[in-house]
Amino acid sequence: MTDPRELYQQVILEHNKKPRNFGKLEGCTHHAEGHNPLCGDELDLTLVIEDGVVQDIKFQGSGCAIDTASASLMTGAVKGKSVAEAEAMAEQFRGMVRGELDPATQAPLLGKLTLFSGVKDLPSRVKCAVLPWATLHAALKGEEEASTE
Amino acid sequence: MSIDLKTLDVAAIRRDFPLLSRILHGKPVVYLDSAVSGQMPVQVIDRMTKYQRDEHTNVHRGVSTLSQEATDFYEAAREKVRKFIGAGSSREIIWTRGTTEAINLVAQTFGRMNVKAGDEILLSAMEHHANIVPWQMLAQEKGATIKVIPMTDDGELVLDSLDELITERTRILGVVHVSNVLGTVNPVKEIIAHAHAKGVPVLVDGAQAVPHLAVDVQDLDADFYVFSGHKLSGPTGIGVLYGKLAHLEAMPPWHGGGSMIRSVTWEKTTYLPAPGKFEAGTPPIAAAIGLGVAIDYVTALGLDRIAAHEHELLAYATERLAAIPGLRILGNAKDKASVLSFVVEGIHAHDMGSLLDGEGVVVRAGHHCAQPIMTRFGVPATTRASFAYFNTREEVDILVSAVLKAIELFK
Repeated sequence: MTDPRELYQQVILEHNKKPRNFGKLEGCTHHAEGHNPLCGDELDLTLVIEDGVVQDIKFQGSGCAIDTASASLMTGAVKGKSVAEAEAMAEQFRGMVRGELDPATQAPLLGKLTLFSGVKDLPSRVKCAVLPWATLHAALKGEEEASTE
Repeated sequence: MSIDLKTLDVAAIRRDFPLLSRILHGKPVVYLDSAVSGQMPVQVIDRMTKYQRDEHTNVHRGVSTLSQEATDFYEAAREKVRKFIGAGSSREIIWTRGTTEAINLVAQTFGRMNVKAGDEILLSAMEHHANIVPWQMLAQEKGATIKVIPMTDDGELVLDSLDELITERTRILGVVHVSNVLGTVNPVKEIIAHAHAKGVPVLVDGAQAVPHLAVDVQDLDADFYVFSGHKLSGPTGIGVLYGKLAHLEAMPPWHGGGSMIRSVTWEKTTYLPAPGKFEAGTPPIAAAIGLGVAIDYVTALGLDRIAAHEHELLAYATERLAAIPGLRILGNAKDKASVLSFVVEGIHAHDMGSLLDGEGVVVRAGHHCAQPIMTRFGVPATTRASFAYFNTREEVDILVSAVLKAIELFK
């Protein structure tokens, strides 16, 4: 069993404290709200997508450090990427934190996001890490709401 | 186990709980989560095992020696419950799966019988979902409304509001004896007297009360009193509904099936009197017997000594945690029992819960099945430590160190 303390690496703590891309985009083209009923985490994601590329993305809401850091790192990672690439990253991220993909060999798109791979050993926290990606997936699909339940 | 002392011999008691010697993430487990579920002493575990190995068959069936034995053990446990909560008759003790099922039973029988369109159900602002949702379901079905007794910022019910809130349309009042989030011990005797003065029956949710304070349902004059076995050092899957016999006799049955009938023909079924009427199907026999032993165990320790010990731990933990900058305790009622909820600025309760877990400290982090309380205090979740008779001051120190370590990490 993984020690829960190992999850709280400096990068995660730092992004929790100073989340990047925090706020709401006026004039967004895509939007979704994510809820994690278990923890009460809430996430509001706004995107500007032009020519099939994520031009800008912001999030706001309240959640735990895993959720907030995941959202902060995700927004940084998908900005400038095509919608197809963002979807592929979401797919790999979900596979990784559920323990279905090996972060070293099967998640080439994730880069430093593999630092969340330890979440797979803490099933109660998987939903926290996945919420931003589930919300992104919903926004890209044109759905207004995402839930981890 | 030594029980002759004026105070509890905690070191001896701890030897009765195998789980307390577990190692979690390389640290000795510090179990501060008895409000979520209590641990069972070996006496309970062994008795249940003996029943399962050597004595098991069904109860209230047939003439075999085994069936008679099982029935005797099972009914003896009911009598222990009766005595434990001061009920007048063991016919007033109904086995349920737990507190939740007991409340659903009352809502679906007594509630359905008495609540009509336009009527009111009065609940307190600090109820567990178990004492909210069954009533909302009933209210929706009947076209009734739910009204709420407010609470202060300290987590005390505003009793002055009762006169106004109890109206001629109020059909039942549901109130928690001890709040699972705030630890508040509500003055239920006083609340019941208010309600009875206006002819309103009262259901008391005693899930968090019975492990910590002596309850006498006749002294309280409660119409219904419900609790779970697993918070009382017993197993899961067993709970108790106490109801005044007059109510139980007037109530229709809930679940139909075997064990609850007097006679069945294709034309008509007649039912057993209480408690049988409410106990359809094969009950959790081992769990009932186990709860009986748990009651013996707790009674031998003495609820007054348990209360004194836990109160000292609560006071010590409150003092130490309150001294931490940025930490806020939720629930500062004058009369509290054994539960300590807190939030720390900048650290979500789930992060705190995970980090404490890493230190071997088991607490609950979340909304504690009481979301309206979270909303009332404007927090998404809290971290809750809860104390039992086997906990020690040293464990409170470990909790405090672990909290400080988490705060340091998040700096």
